[in-house]
Formats: sequence, structure tokens, C-alpha cells
Amino acid sequence: MELVNPFVLLPIAAAAFFAAGYAHDAQFAAHMGLISLLALGLSVWRVATMDPARPVPALAASPAQTRPGMPYYMDGPIRYGTVATVFWGIVGFLVGVLIAAQLAWPDLNLEPYLNFSRLRPLHTSGVIFAFGGNALIATSFYIVQRTTAARLFGGNLAWFVFWGYQLFIVLAATGYLMGVTQSKEYAEPEWYIDIWLTIVWVAYLVVFLGTLVRRKEPHIYVANWFFLAFIVTIALLHVVNNLAVPVSFLGSKSYPAFSGVQDALVQWWYGHNAVGFFLTAGFLGMMYYFIPKQVNRPVYSYRLSIVHFWSLIFMYIWAGPHHLHYTALPDWAQTLGMVFSVMLWMPSWGGMINGLMTLSGAWDKLRTDPVLRMLVIAVAFYGMATFEGPMMSIKAVNSLSHYTDWTIGHVHSGALGWNGMITFGAIYYLVPRLWNTNGLYSLRLVNWHFWLATIGIVLYAASMWVAGITQGLMWREYDAEGYLVWSFAETVAAMNPFYVIRMLGGLLYLVGGLLMAFNVWRTIRSAAPAAHPVGVVQPAE
Amino acid sequence: MSNIGADEGFPRVPESEPHRGEIDQPTGTATTGHEWDGIKELNTPMPRWWLWVFYATHVWALVYIVLFPAIPLLKDSTTGLLGWHSRSEVAEEIDTAAVARADQFERIRNLPIEQVADDETLRNLAVRGGESAFKVNCVQCHGADAAGGIGFANLNDDDWIWGGSLEAIEQTIAHGVRHAGDDETRLSEMPAFGRDGMLDREQIAAVTRHVLSLSGAGPADPAGATVFADNCAACHGASGEGNRDVGAPRLSDAVWLYSSDPAAIRAQIHNPKHGAMPSWSQRLDPATVKQLAIYVHSLGGGEEEGSREASAGAID
Repeated sequence: MELVNPFVLLPIAAAAFFAAGYAHDAQFAAHMGLISLLALGLSVWRVATMDPARPVPALAASPAQTRPGMPYYMDGPIRYGTVATVFWGIVGFLVGVLIAAQLAWPDLNLEPYLNFSRLRPLHTSGVIFAFGGNALIATSFYIVQRTTAARLFGGNLAWFVFWGYQLFIVLAATGYLMGVTQSKEYAEPEWYIDIWLTIVWVAYLVVFLGTLVRRKEPHIYVANWFFLAFIVTIALLHVVNNLAVPVSFLGSKSYPAFSGVQDALVQWWYGHNAVGFFLTAGFLGMMYYFIPKQVNRPVYSYRLSIVHFWSLIFMYIWAGPHHLHYTALPDWAQTLGMVFSVMLWMPSWGGMINGLMTLSGAWDKLRTDPVLRMLVIAVAFYGMATFEGPMMSIKAVNSLSHYTDWTIGHVHSGALGWNGMITFGAIYYLVPRLWNTNGLYSLRLVNWHFWLATIGIVLYAASMWVAGITQGLMWREYDAEGYLVWSFAETVAAMNPFYVIRMLGGLLYLVGGLLMAFNVWRTIRSAAPAAHPVGVVQPAE
Repeated sequence: MSNIGADEGFPRVPESEPHRGEIDQPTGTATTGHEWDGIKELNTPMPRWWLWVFYATHVWALVYIVLFPAIPLLKDSTTGLLGWHSRSEVAEEIDTAAVARADQFERIRNLPIEQVADDETLRNLAVRGGESAFKVNCVQCHGADAAGGIGFANLNDDDWIWGGSLEAIEQTIAHGVRHAGDDETRLSEMPAFGRDGMLDREQIAAVTRHVLSLSGAGPADPAGATVFADNCAACHGASGEGNRDVGAPRLSDAVWLYSSDPAAIRAQIHNPKHGAMPSWSQRLDPATVKQLAIYVHSLGGGEEEGSREASAGAID
């Protein structure tokens, strides 16, 4: 079964062509036109490069993969995924800096395509799903092969996952700019993009689970528990939160299956667990592999990993209602959301303890290894953010912090500090191994990246703490007669200096990302030419 | 409970595991026997403090669930021993605040606005309450500093379209300007001299120059003066001093509602914009409207009752 095949692609191109022609709105027409062109272009490419003498490859075990005693890992999609992670990271950080500047200087809003409301989901989806998602797919494919000693299951299905996911990103991102949105935070793409992601995600699950099933190790490593929990739960969240009825199958608009407070609850059940399973469980999987490998020490505590894994995935799924404190959501649901969030504190910290304490007996390596330093500071930010989160879920704290920039600061100390830093560390670990080079191009640049990113995060988080608490106090300030003291516009004006500082913090973070891109590019360029053509089966090291 | 974290029987690693019980030198801890891609695991017990804090959060959660609404039932939910309810809490807080100032609010509501302003206690209360209400209801158009903007009147100066006395301001706030659905609303409509063909382009250009000359912003224009006398003076006055009875703005000062740009003046003569303001008596308590009037009056341009003729006749 070869998907890149004119017999599959040409009917898709034709169907998309007619869908574009009969579309009810310009946005849907643009997307269908894009799909049609892509399918057509791929067919032409396939025919032009076809080698009639070559036999059609089978889906699973081709002879080369199962040579006795010699496990062959499939690293092509991982190489592409690593480069895609760097690329989308830069795009996501850049848009983040731009929208931060728009908040400080509203004149930078360029109507209609580059205004804040369209760029904001481009930023959040860009960093979470494009940068984070590619990092998760690439590292999970790398780790699951190494820790099961098995080749990726499904042959070219892994390539389908990679390219299918990129198509999802492009459709979502261009859709945002054209104004296609269902207005659900972190779930903005409309119905047809959601269906495409579901197909890609199921393929991802098949590849991952199939590899686990074929494992040659007796036990499943803890990193894979977290990856599997991430893939399965995201599938569930994505499908339920995006249940919707399209107005027409030839138009982009749809209406969600839920309404009112039920819709809000489903949305934040999704939204919070996107944090819990995408940005926490998945990235803990990365942490559990790259920290022990980089520091070359055993994982600190097996039983802690068991207890914190099960308690984390059981508790997280309940915590969503803390996003809806003091709203129309019934009090009982708010209570449950809050108490489960507080109980989540220690399960989250279990991962931090296991990450940090794995350095026992090798703390001195922090002085000499900037890549390890990156991985470790990621865990430190993880610990900070997972203390702050339960604290902010307490209703008394939430009544001050909710809707303020404190929340934005909290999210970014997790996103920039934990997700960003652990991904950078993973990229610096992977690139020399995937391209088989003699180490990284420059460790000095890694060190610069580390400090630029760290100072950037400190500026970001500190300015948003001050901004958020100021904002919350101004909103609730009453005078002796019980009159509100500040108008909303005055509270907005008071945020300006903090917005400028935040933008500077983001700019430092972006510059660090650019250094990483340069470093990765020079490292890859230093690889022996043609020694490892991308996409070809490689032996394990 | 004290056994949790101890080594016996957990985790159950078969004796056959190759690295079972291997002692890790730097820590002196045994490994579990598993190994993946060179990664081993130590058999370290869970940290005690971690475990006890984990338990403590559960105990706290149980207590909280008993005290507050938490468990959904068929129609409602458990109410919690404290009987707490988020809506009633807010309602009580609002009631308490309302009761605390009920007396003075009652007096403001019942007294004529002049008398409210004469009583120092009530006046101070009204200025603060008016400022607060202004920040909620008025800043969207008039700005946080009440300086207005193009099409929205500046409330800090003494140039009033409909009058600057306490009563006049109260009337404007209570019934709005051009608010359909309020019979007492302030209503005026300047004709569209250009659009409806009453003046041609030349005449509009000339009268624009004349209007600018009224405040000394440009040279005199005799042709424009004639057009002005024939078409505009009836409402705006012979020398552009304005007429508050019909809401015709004064043109002989440097304060402009739609800017002093000649193009903006020409546009306003050709096809005037007619701004609107809501009838706030339909949304706000009469006491709040009075507080707003006293606050706006206090901003700097408030006039005494009866001083209108004097100020209208003065030349800026």
C-alpha cells in the first residue's frame, strides 16, 4: 500500500478541485485548492521519479529490517521532524514576539490578516502543536525504537504521520490568517482540518503502539508509558471537543455539538488536558529518556515513576473546571476541579524529583555540559510551573489571578521554561546522533542559547507576575463608599511598561532559538556528505 | 501505611533480571534489573516528604469536599456543611454595600441636584460615585480623562453644546442625545447642505473659510460670510456664538467636535455626522445620573445656573 501513488492522489486532486469550485466560502475554496495542487504536484513528482525496475515495498517487515541480530531503526522521519521542530519553533517564537509587540503598540495590528486576533492562535498553535507536536512525534519515534530495540511499525506510515501532520499545521495556520476558526482556544481549526488530524493521529497511534508490541525488551520503559498516555488521551480529547455539525460539506463553518456551559466545560476539559497530556505527559516522556542518557546515570526511582505516572494521568483529567471558577459552571464542578488540581501537585513533582535526582552522583556535569544544563533547568521550570498551577487553581487565589496576565506568565514559565528548554536539550542531543557527526558545531553557542533563553524567561515571567497582580488588584479596588476606583481602560494603560518588558523577554528567547537554528544547520552541514541520505534506513549506532 | 516505600515485594522484579540488585556505586542504591538502551533504574524508595505531602493534599481535598458543594446528585449536588454558594455570596456582598450607602443614596435621589451639590458630604459622595460610574459607562466614548475625541465631546472645557449647568448636564445624561425611544432626548439636526443641493462646492468652500475665520484660524472671506448669514446664522448665531437651545455648537472658539481640519469642516457642512448618546435614565438609577452630572460639572467647565447669557456673549 503506497499512498504516494497517482491512483490515490489524482482522485483526491480531482475531488478537492471540485470542492474548491463549488465551495461556499473563499477560505474553504483556498484550502481545497491547496490540497488539489499538493496532490497533483505529488503525483507528478512520483511519476517523474518512478523507477519501474524497483519492486513495490511492502507495508511491514521488508527483509532489510529484520536481518538477524541487527535492529535497523527508521530515522528518516525523525530527522525531518527535528528540522521541522526547529523551523516551526522559530516561526512560533517570531509570531509570539510580534503579538507581544502588538499588545504594547497597538498600531502594529495590520488589518485584516495580521491583526492580534488572527495571529494569536497562529502563535499558540505554532508553538504548541507545530513546534511541540513535531518535537513529540520525532522524539517519541526515536525513543520508542531505542527503548524497545524494534524498528518503527508500519513502514512508510511514519512518513505519512510526519507529512500529514505538516499538512495539518499548514491548513490550520493559513486558516487562522484567513479567519477560519471555531473560536475554541487551542482547538481553533474547523471541522475538515479536525478530521484530517484525527486520521493522522490514529496513524501515529498505530505506529507507536505497533512498535511497542514488536518490542524486543521484556518491559516497557517509563518514557513510553508517558508517550502512550499522551497519544491516546489527545485522541480522545480532540475528538470529543471538536464534535460539530458542518453547515455544509463544501464550507468551512460548523457549529459545535455542545452549547453554553456544557460547551465551556468540554472545552476546558480539552484545554487543560492539552496542557496535561500534550505539554506535560508527552514532554515527561522526553525527559525520562534524554536526562538519563545525557548524564549517563540510572533513573532515580522506579517506584516513584510508577506512582507519579498513574496518579498524574488519573488526576489531570479532572482538573479542567479550574479554568471556569466563578462562572456559570455549577459550584460542585468548580470544587472538584480545584481539589483535583491541588492533589495534582505531588504527582507533578514526582517527575521533577525523578528528573533532578537522576543527576545524583553526577552533579558536577552541570558545570561542563550546557546541553545537560538545558535539560535540568527545564525540569526546574517544570517544578515551578506545577507548583504555581495548583496554587492558582485555589479559588481564593484564582479570584485575583483569573483573566489577568498572571495566567499568561504562568503558561509561559511552563511553555518557555519546561517545554522549550527540554526540546532544545533534546534537539542538541539528537542532531549529532541522527546525522552521525562528531558532536555539535558549537557548545559555546549552546551556552549562549541557554543564557539568552533563561534571561528571556525571567523577564517574561517576572513582568507578567507584576502585570497580572497589578491588574487583578486594580480590577477589584473599591473606595470607602464601595465605588470601583479604576476604569478598565486605565488598567489596560497600566500594563504598557510590562508589555514592553515581556516583548523584550520574548525577543531574547527568539534570538536564542535563532542561534540554535544556526548551530543545528552547521552541525548537519558538517555531516559526511551522502553518508546518510535522508529517508533511507539506517543501522543503529 | 508505614510500609509504603519500603523495599519488600515492590516492585516485583523477577530474580532472573540480569541487573537485579546490582549496586549503583555513587548512590549505594540497588537497581531494579531493567535496562533499556543503556538506561537503568534505581530502586530508591519514594521520598518520605513527597509521600506525606501527597497524602496531606488528599486529606485536605476530603475535608474541602465535605465542607463545600462537591458531589453531583440526580437533580442538584451536595451543598456542603458550610452551606456556601457562590452566587449568594456575591449577592450578599452587593446587598451589604447597598445597605451601607442606602441613606445617602436616598437623599441624592430625592433632592434637586442643586441642593445635592450644595451639601458638602453629598457632593463629595456624588463626585466619587460619579467618577466610578463614569469609568464604567462613559469612558468608552468620552475617554478615561473625559477629554473626548473626534465626534465625542470633551467634558473638561467650558464649551457646552447643550449647556453646562448642573440641571442642563443632568438633562443631557438622563435623556441622551438623539436617542430614539426617549421623548425628552436632546434633538438637533443640521441639514446636509451639500448632499441635498442647498449649497454648491464653491459656497461650501467659502463658508468653510468663513467658519475658520470666526475663531481667528484663517483670513476673512466676504463670500463665505454671506453664505453663513443666509444659511447658518439662524442656528449658530450671527458671529458663530452658537445656540444651546437647539444644540448648535459655538463656532467662534478653538474647540471642535469634528476637528478644525478644513476637509472635516467641509464634510460636516456637506453631509453632517450626527453623534448620539444613550438615554442613561433608561439604564441607571436617578441617583447615579445625578452623581454623574455633578462629577462632569466638577471637571472644570461647570457653569452656575443663570450665567449662560453672560458666558454665551463673551468673546474668546
